Amino acid sequence: MTASSTMTEEKTIRFEIYRQDDLDSTPYFEEFEIPYRANMNVISALMEIRRNPFNKKGEKTTPVAWDMGCLEEVCGACSMVINGTPRQSCTALVDQLEQPIRLEPMKTFPVVRDLMVDRSRMFDSLKKVKAWIPIDGTYDLGPGPRMPEKRRQWAYELSKCMTCGVCLEACPNVNSKSNFIGPAPLSQVRLFNAHPTGAMNKNERLNALMGDGGLGDCGNSQNCVQACPKGIPLTTSIAALNRDTNLQMFRNFFGSDSEV
Amino acid sequence: MAKDREFYWRRLHSLLGVIPVGIFLIQHLIVNHYATRGPESFNNAAHVMEGLPFRIFLEIFIIFLPLYFHALYGVYIAFTSRNNPRQFGTFRNWMFILQRATGVFTLIFVTWHIWETRIQAALGATVDFNMMEAILADPFMLAFYIAGVVSTTFHFANGLWSFLVTWGITISPRSQRISTYATLGIFVVLSIIGIRAILAFV
Ligand code: SF4
Ligand code: FES
Repeated sequence: MTASSTMTEEKTIRFEIYRQDDLDSTPYFEEFEIPYRANMNVISALMEIRRNPFNKKGEKTTPVAWDMGCLEEVCGACSMVINGTPRQSCTALVDQLEQPIRLEPMKTFPVVRDLMVDRSRMFDSLKKVKAWIPIDGTYDLGPGPRMPEKRRQWAYELSKCMTCGVCLEACPNVNSKSNFIGPAPLSQVRLFNAHPTGAMNKNERLNALMGDGGLGDCGNSQNCVQACPKGIPLTTSIAALNRDTNLQMFRNFFGSDSEV
Repeated sequence: MAKDREFYWRRLHSLLGVIPVGIFLIQHLIVNHYATRGPESFNNAAHVMEGLPFRIFLEIFIIFLPLYFHALYGVYIAFTSRNNPRQFGTFRNWMFILQRATGVFTLIFVTWHIWETRIQAALGATVDFNMMEAILADPFMLAFYIAGVVSTTFHFANGLWSFLVTWGITISPRSQRISTYATLGIFVVLSIIGIRAILAFV
């Protein structure tokens, strides 16, 4: 091939995309090839496919379905498995990816369609472990206790979790054979227990963590902390919660005059 | 309330793996090491262990029940994971997988080993230097025993690492890194003790 012929050849981006019409239908892979533009991310490429839904063979096909929201890695909605790694598609830059770029949904979750998954179980888990601070009362309770600034800064890091589901996808113990809720909601318990007002219901959250599918199911593969796009110290949270729940377990068993 | 018991079973599983099963393992490997000082020493040491008062109770409550609870519950744990070393080839993920693999292999090895020694003893055989010498004369058995001992010591040492995490003793990444090195050291030392004892019989 001569230099001039490569020059005239149009540069393209190749994709292999997992397709599944709905929850129960058989999945298959479809190949796509779209014209190259500089600085694309996976989402802008998916938008290009949606604009012109033809596969590599030139056949007309249905546009690929995916989920997105903020487009700046804070909402977590656009997570998918890109070249084998679970991550956000909005911050996955095409120029940095090996081609063909393989897109798959995070199959730890039920697949709604193509790359779109249903992360409801994560929100259910947050409810289960009471990941909130109860402040409602019948009268104004006034301001809560102050939080030391140092602790606020530390807690801010834990609060960055966007329920994206990447840590659940990475965890070998989150799968259809187990009901483990996964790392994200565990770390949220540490966040809310560290809050001075939240600490008033510390024992309730710890007891919830000791239920089935809770903290006990962690097997310490530590994939979660590697995978989390927000750099949340998940394994440190898990070990700290291990200490807290063990103490809670002894308190529950032997009885204690200090509840929280 | 049969539900919501998993947490306690897991904690019990972690505890029993070290106390008493892990402690017994160390004691057993050290007694075996007498073999390096000749048949006489080994037989004496084995004799002392055999002569312990209340032996049958010690064996049942310190060894068999904890061991088989740990083993069988461990098999359940091993088969509820979905290993993913291809996506996550990190050191800890490999340790996670190896912990499950060595757990299953160790169960097979230990069961065979108990059959060949304790059960045979109950059926009238004498457990002594000659018995082990006869078993290990077969090269296949020698390899099986070496693999079994290394698998057991690995499972114990790495299990000790996760024991420290499970009980909230090592929390920070640095403490967990230090305990990785410490338990790796324990693995090497116990393996040397175990293999030296095996080789003393051949
Ligand atoms: S902990 Fe990290 S990986 Fe897990 S859901 Fe939150 S942001 Fe995503
Ligand atoms: S669209 Fe919100 S994280 Fe990607």
